[in-house]
Amino acid sequence: MNSNEAPIIEVVDLVRKFGDRTVLNDISFNVHRGETLVIMGGSGCGKSTLLRHMIGSMKPTSGSVKIFGEEIATMNEREIGRVRQRFGMLFQSGALLASLTVGENVALPLFQHTDKSPDEIEEIVEQKLQMVGLTGFEDLKPAEISGGMKKRVGLARALALDPELLFSDEPTSGLDPIMTAVVDQLTLKLAHGSHVTAVVVSHDMTSAFRIATRMIMLGHGSIVAQGTPEEIRTSTNAEVHQFINGEADGPIPLNLSQDEHEHHQHVKPRPFVNARFRFHHKTP
Amino acid sequence: MPRDGRAVLDSALVILLAAKLSAFFDPRVLSFCASAYRILKNYLQLNISLLYWILIAPFTGHFFKISPVFRQMVFIGVRAAPMVALTAFSVGVTLAMQAAHSLQQLGAEIYVPDLVMVTLLREMGPVLIAVIVIGRSGSAVAAELGTMKVSEEIEALEVMAINPVQYLVVPRFLAMLVMLPALTIFGNYIGVFGGWAVCTFALDFNTAGYVLRALQSADTWDLYSGMIKSAVFAWIVITIACNAGLHVEGGAEGVGQATTASVVQALLAMLVTNAVLTGVFFFAV
Ligand SMILES: Nc1ncnc2c1ncn2[C@@H]1O[C@H](COP(=O)(O)OP(=O)(O)OP(=O)(O)O)[C@@H](O)[C@H]1O
Ligand SMILES: [Mg+2]
Repeated sequence: MNSNEAPIIEVVDLVRKFGDRTVLNDISFNVHRGETLVIMGGSGCGKSTLLRHMIGSMKPTSGSVKIFGEEIATMNEREIGRVRQRFGMLFQSGALLASLTVGENVALPLFQHTDKSPDEIEEIVEQKLQMVGLTGFEDLKPAEISGGMKKRVGLARALALDPELLFSDEPTSGLDPIMTAVVDQLTLKLAHGSHVTAVVVSHDMTSAFRIATRMIMLGHGSIVAQGTPEEIRTSTNAEVHQFINGEADGPIPLNLSQDEHEHHQHVKPRPFVNARFRFHHKTP
Repeated sequence: MPRDGRAVLDSALVILLAAKLSAFFDPRVLSFCASAYRILKNYLQLNISLLYWILIAPFTGHFFKISPVFRQMVFIGVRAAPMVALTAFSVGVTLAMQAAHSLQQLGAEIYVPDLVMVTLLREMGPVLIAVIVIGRSGSAVAAELGTMKVSEEIEALEVMAINPVQYLVVPRFLAMLVMLPALTIFGNYIGVFGGWAVCTFALDFNTAGYVLRALQSADTWDLYSGMIKSAVFAWIVITIACNAGLHVEGGAEGVGQATTASVVQALLAMLVTNAVLTGVFFFAV
């Protein structure tokens, strides 16, 4: 990693509020060329929201997000379109167009942004679908395939234009262990073979440690820890330890009810309180 | 001096405006105004970017694709034809019977075809067929785009650097602009056929007599004014439907609300515009 070179993504003091709820609080980090950055954190802690700010589909309340050295929040439509053709994005839900077939979905960016002939496009589509293990599914509609398959089609679509930067939101959730390994290997191959920079959101610790060159853990809106996989694995931070080992007891609040959710928004969670399963029965 | 006069007038206006506004400080009124303002702003923005993608973008090399337009013409237009036919036939029959009932008392049954023809071409054809298309195709477009919005498909398009207006709205707009006038012509034929059925089977007309009277009574302007109306309605219906769909918030519930809202807004806008256009075409000239 060459840290003299300007970073591809530069997030500085990013704050995002929904109403008066602060979801992202003062987040700063850089992503350099060739890195595979894994973003971890509990469900609902703002990982997808962070990704949405990096791709410019949400605007920060304050702070800045630069991508390829340019501020994305202040770009006009043409500039943002030019930047977006350089990266691919896999949505958490897949976000396939329901009215198009699997093949047409993958072909869509190619038809829109290249002058390739339909034959060439068909060939690329076939190759991309093969990469994610979905040969022969071109003619099915998204409603006719499983959740994990949608994810993989979404990945194939994100890779259609051979982007230099890939965002993926939980690429391996809903996949079986073997498919997870296939997708991980694909990410690794892209990183090593084509020098694709990747920002991956993941809950799956096996997969995260397999692909990451650097990791960030989010918790209650800010960065709890960041470092190389080795640093994270040996971290003494109790929250990190609890998260990567998947333990129910630990400092991370479970937020089982709305009450607790609100509570933790305002009051910093007390460290080392056993957050056991508690159900609040409200008495009228 | 005139400058001073202007300043005094301006400040008087401001005071008047403030007094008027304070009467509206009820929160419900304010929130209604805010949402109406938001819808109107979105609607104007949609129209501007629609015009950009149709009129200007083709000259910068972004020509819209023609095959999605045809696909939408089938969805929006061709599939609505049976309903349009049934409606137009019923209206033609009703018009002829009403006309016969009234004109018989004056002994002027001979004018039944005139009435059917002119009413259909100028008013009933464009309006009723727009009503059918609003209920059937406008709501379908709003629901489809709304579902795409809540399932992140619109966001995905934007992130792939594909403009949703260019990709989704332009084909539907062009399809509607062609199909609503086409359906109206089709409906007019069927309606006149309905009138013929009444005249031949219930009154003492023969086919030749009916056709002759009908053709004599209508001039081309009757047809053209109806076509202009129906093109304007097409614009109103499809932009309102797309606007409602593209700005859905919340999940499936939001889609339902937006669909209903698009039908109500389109009906109101269409009927008001119809009154205005009738005024302009037949009384102002
Ligand atoms: N459009 C929105 N409006 C209001 N609140 C939002 C919106 N999008 C996200 N949030 C809130 O932001 C928080 C973070 O959501 P986000 O989707 O980023 O979580 P996440 O970390 O991706 O969770 P998961 O792992 O379950 O996907 C949630 O509490 C959510 O309620
Ligand atoms: Mg998420």
